Parts: sequence; C-alpha cells; structure tokens
Amino acid sequence: MALNNDIVLSRLQEKFPDAIREAYINFDQLNIEIDPAHNAAILRFLKEDEEMNFNYLTDLTAVHMPEQTGKEIGVIYHIHNLYDNYRLRLKAWIPESEPVIATASSIWLGANWMERETYDNFGVRFDGHPDLRRILNVDHMEIFPLLKQYPLEDSSREDKDDRFFGR
Amino acid sequence: MSDLKLVEAPEGIQGEGFFATSLNKVIGMARANSMWPLPFATSCCGIEFMATMGSNYDLARFGSERMSFSPRQADLLMVMGTIAKKMGPVLRQVYEQMAEPRWVIAVGACASSGGIFDTYSVLQGIDKIIPVDVYVPGCPPRPEQIIDGVMRIQDLVRDESLRRRHSPEYKQLLASYGIV
Repeated sequence: MALNNDIVLSRLQEKFPDAIREAYINFDQLNIEIDPAHNAAILRFLKEDEEMNFNYLTDLTAVHMPEQTGKEIGVIYHIHNLYDNYRLRLKAWIPESEPVIATASSIWLGANWMERETYDNFGVRFDGHPDLRRILNVDHMEIFPLLKQYPLEDSSREDKDDRFFGR
Repeated sequence: MSDLKLVEAPEGIQGEGFFATSLNKVIGMARANSMWPLPFATSCCGIEFMATMGSNYDLARFGSERMSFSPRQADLLMVMGTIAKKMGPVLRQVYEQMAEPRWVIAVGACASSGGIFDTYSVLQGIDKIIPVDVYVPGCPPRPEQIIDGVMRIQDLVRDESLRRRHSPEYKQLLASYGIV
C-alpha cells in the first residue's frame, strides 16, 4: 500500500510518542516538527523501516528565525520515498546559543556535504559528522553569513552612499 | 592579388633599401598583433566570449589566434564572469604565473565591480587583487564589446614603452597589490 500522510504520522506518533511535537500540512506536504534530541533515531527509523523506506535525502538545510527565542535555528530535512513517490518535511528547532544536533551523515551519505554547507552558512554543529569544516565560503571567514545579524552586502564596498539606499 | 589586410608599417624614415624606425614601435606592433589570450571564464560572460572566439566574430582576425590555456605562454589574461572570494587566490596565482609583459582585461560587470552580486561571498571587482588594464562593461557584454576591449588592449600594447615594466611606477603598482 502506498504511503500517505496518515500512515506516516500515526507510525511516528506510535513509535516516538514524546519526540513528535507538531504536524501540519504546508504546500500539500506533511510537515513534522521533531525533538532535536531524537532526530537521529527518527531519521534512521524513517530510512530503515520497511514501510517508511525514505531512501532519498532531497535536502538538508537550516533557517534562522531570530524572533523565536530559544529555538532560533531550524534544521530542515526534506526526505523522499522514491518507491511510493512520497515526500516529507521534518523540522528540528535548536537554540542559537548552542546550535548542536546529531548528524544524519551515517544514515544518508549525501548528508555529509549538506551538513558541511549548513555548518558553513548557519554555524549548526552536527555532532558525529566525520569532517565538519567549511565547504563553500573561504576558509578564513569568521562569521556564519546566513545568520540574520550579519549583513548580506559585501563590507569591502566603499562606493555605496547610504543616503541612496534609504538608510 | 590577395585581399588579405596586413598591418601597416609604423612611422619611420624610408629610403632606397632601408627603413628606419624605433625598436619600441616595431616590437609594439608585433606584440599587439600576436596577443595570446588566456581565457579565465567562470560564467555567462565566458559564453559570450566563446561566441567572440568562434567563427562569426572571430577574434583571430586581431592576431589572437591561439588561446593559451597555460599562463606561462599567455600575454593577456581575460577574466570573464563572477569571481567568488574563494576563487580570488586562484586568479591571483594565474596572474603571478604569467610572464611579463602581461595585460589584464576584465570582461563584464562582475569581473569589473562584482556586478549585481553585492554579497559576502563575491569579490567586488578583480582589481581588488590584480591590476586591470581594460574594463568591458555589460551584463554580459556583446561579442562586439569584447572585441572592442581587446582592440583597446592592442592600442595599449602597441604604444607601450619597452621600459615601462622596469619603471618604478610599475613596480610600485605591483607592490600595491603585494605582487613581487
């Protein structure tokens, strides 16, 4: 039987009653907010369970929501069951002061570089990652540029007059 | 009679059996008409350059027949496209490996100024790390514009003094970029 939202959600709630925090439909796709402390167990279950069988990690990234005190950084997993063509979005919120979450690189090998990218841009430290270092930005960069406290614009420009940019 | 157009001889004094001119002009003429460009293409400006190089626009008409993919045998570094900060040291190394005399042309808005990518990861113009002789504006520039840029380089090459690369001003310019 093909996978659907009800099956996935009920299986997860039955297996991890304390770790499933919220579930809702967004853009026709089931979103589940999970306890960051149990992310590795939940992801492994979703990958390895015969019925769940999420064999493909589409994307792993993060978002920064500075106004959500205590859970500023969301680690986002997009996973895909290619057999049933069923997609699922998982979110784990972690505090900006201690942005640590367990790695998924031992579950899907493809998570390795995605986690390095997420670390590079957001500073999320993936516990257990084999080689967590910057991947896209220059090695000597001292900030995590996609955190919202850092300006997107290049700081070395001298030709921009703030008056013409409404500042 | 062939309709090939040859380069005109430089100014000089001509008489029966001799022609006298300055070494500067002869060498400048020879160099300007046998530039070996090194294309350093990272994005869409590089695609425009491929058209420039191809048979429709045919950069070879200006003596740039041979693209040199080795910096050691190149005279003209053509930087086309967005240069990320991570690419900066690579570009600089390519420039340092080129033998004198060497010229640099920045093709397109990104190579000249960072273009639309005013962001933390992009170099805001290659002149932050290497000296540039000619800037070609455009996003991306048409092949005609790139050819015009190459012809402006030819003008520079043709008129350059043989002593320029030994002058204190030139050494100071390189020193200001930290290139020895």
